[in-house]
Amino acid sequence: MENRPLEYDYTVAKMFMFATIALGIVGMLVGVILAFELAFPGVNTILGSGVAEYTNFSRLRPLHTDAIIFGFTLSGIFATWYYVGQRVLKVSMAESGLLMFLGKLHFWLYLVIVASVVVTLLAGITTSKEYAEFEWPIDIAVVIVWVVWGMSIFGLIGIRREKSLYISMWYYIATFLGIAMLYVFNNMEIPTILGTNGIGESGFGDWWHSVSMYAGANDAMVQWWYGHNAVAFGLTVPIVAMIYYFLPKESGQAIYSYKLSLLSFWGLMFVYIWAGGHHLIYSTIPDWVQTMASVFSVILILPSWGSAINMLLTMKGEWQQVASSPLIKFMVLGSTFYMFSTLEGPIQAIKSVNAIAHFTDWIVGHVHDGTLGWVGFMIMASLFHMAPRVFKREIYSKSLMATQFWIQTLGVVLYFTSMWIAGITQGMMWRAHDEFGNLAYSFIDTVTVLHPYYTIRAVGGTLYLVGFLLFSYNIYKTMSARPVEESELQNASPMGA
Amino acid sequence: MFHWLEKHPFFFAVGVFLVISFAGLIEVVPSFADKSRPVIGTKPYSTLELAGRHVYIKNSCNACHSQLIRPFKSETDRYGHYSLSGEYAYDRPFLWGSKRTGPDLHRVGNYRTTDWHENHMLNPPSVVAGSIMPAYPWMFTNKANVDTAYAEQLTIAQFFSVPYNKAVPMKDGSTKVVKMGSTLADAHALALAEAKVIAADMKNQDVKDAVAAGNIPEIVALIAYLNSLK
Repeated sequence: MENRPLEYDYTVAKMFMFATIALGIVGMLVGVILAFELAFPGVNTILGSGVAEYTNFSRLRPLHTDAIIFGFTLSGIFATWYYVGQRVLKVSMAESGLLMFLGKLHFWLYLVIVASVVVTLLAGITTSKEYAEFEWPIDIAVVIVWVVWGMSIFGLIGIRREKSLYISMWYYIATFLGIAMLYVFNNMEIPTILGTNGIGESGFGDWWHSVSMYAGANDAMVQWWYGHNAVAFGLTVPIVAMIYYFLPKESGQAIYSYKLSLLSFWGLMFVYIWAGGHHLIYSTIPDWVQTMASVFSVILILPSWGSAINMLLTMKGEWQQVASSPLIKFMVLGSTFYMFSTLEGPIQAIKSVNAIAHFTDWIVGHVHDGTLGWVGFMIMASLFHMAPRVFKREIYSKSLMATQFWIQTLGVVLYFTSMWIAGITQGMMWRAHDEFGNLAYSFIDTVTVLHPYYTIRAVGGTLYLVGFLLFSYNIYKTMSARPVEESELQNASPMGA
Repeated sequence: MFHWLEKHPFFFAVGVFLVISFAGLIEVVPSFADKSRPVIGTKPYSTLELAGRHVYIKNSCNACHSQLIRPFKSETDRYGHYSLSGEYAYDRPFLWGSKRTGPDLHRVGNYRTTDWHENHMLNPPSVVAGSIMPAYPWMFTNKANVDTAYAEQLTIAQFFSVPYNKAVPMKDGSTKVVKMGSTLADAHALALAEAKVIAADMKNQDVKDAVAAGNIPEIVALIAYLNSLK
């Protein structure tokens, strides 16, 4: 057999790349609509009062969060997995008919779930639990898809040539296990159709309706053990997997420190889950859990910054690349936002700060500097790195990438600064008392004061969406307008020359 | 050890799983042993209230309204006594929310009336000038889902021993019985009787006509639920 590099099969990776782009556009567009609805309530009936039920803020809000987390981000995770997995394990999907079949099955089942989620959420079929809104039939489908993905991961591992698992693999495995554990336990529910047998006239009521196995404070605790760690294992762990692969590849630099990656990985695994209770500070869950969550949230800075610093130091001696390559810009700013966001989170988890920040827009701002600045940037950077190799074509336009970078960076900055100000303003106004000890402001005062910040946020979100459309256009043109190279681009960075 | 783990994916995965399950075992599981018990005065939701709770969930009211009063003077001044764990004993799911775009609703039944909600849900800024809450006109025509609410009552009575048709202690020393229908028709009759009381305080003629004809619009159920939050 002739001695040539392995050719990898990117069929499934491509499918998920398209899903990432399509669902990203949907999720971000819905987000922008929501932002304008808060600034200008008339937007709630923008398509007429007849369909207002489906364009209303409250109906769209879960659709936005789920489209971004389980649509855009999860597709991005799968797309990168089907690219990175083969490469770090040194095995091609094409070598196993079974793995190929599982990969495609994974994609199509996933699409079916996405479609059913969109329909049910618009119809108002929801369990109300954040990021776990799906009713039991969809939950079962989610578990099936997850198992298929697991088989695909461990199947590929089973036929690997490279015996040692690269750092990115650790994070993909952790993503798989973490989400599996969290999702199953948080969605324990009893279909109410089961309860109807008792009176001898079974089968009434919505068959898809269910009731949570947990009540009240217990339900809250399980939900935020899940909710917080869905962020951990959906928006952090797999994104770290991406940067550990794509930054060294793109920059041509070796990872700065293996020991630091060990420390950050195992540290993150151990510490993250404890911090879930910081969503319930000053609630009715046990006080010791609240304090533990607070303390562990602060400790969480260590493994988070460990990864981020490891990434930044990987660029040591090669900082000129940040100036010359827009792709490196995305990744370096992504790690910087990761550091920023993982400092902000622990600050908000300190009890006295949480007393002001909880329930306000500051939390919304925190989520978005993480998701827009870190998750969004890293997924787009990963797709930009993959595109030339997957499609065997150079990136269509480097200057479009740079334009996109600056537009989106401005968008993120407008977003989080306006939400900081809005959140702290509102938090302070809620608690203000006058000289007689009466509340200084009625609730509506604390709403109307936010109008300028809501407007700025909507503008920031729009800029980010515009940037994402530029990204989509750039990828589309890369696929279609560029001449096809003879074989997969091996080392030429798309930014070279 | 780490080098060895990196070459043995199975043991690696087991290691990761052990490490990530630790926190849940210590923080979450013990609280289940001491399961949340209802405080005196907390009673299960009636059929109509539960149907209203489903309307609340269907429209994600919890995306903008919390149901959790924190133990601060500014919050107890604004919303009433701070929330207690046992008050949520019959809340499946919990509806604490995570964002207060609008005010907390945990005790809204103490200071808002049927009439107030009716006007407010139809046109929020006409009641609260400057409000950014959207209107919910479809709740005045959509029918409340009593079937599903009753199915849920049967389920929670059977699986979680929620005390329907049993005496529940109240704060003033008396007891109250929350009735649950013994048949589906019975459940509908109970819900309708409750709906008539609400509709009597409402102005909207279509809603009154619907209730008189035996149909329950979503708004009636929602108001029954909101009034029960005390």
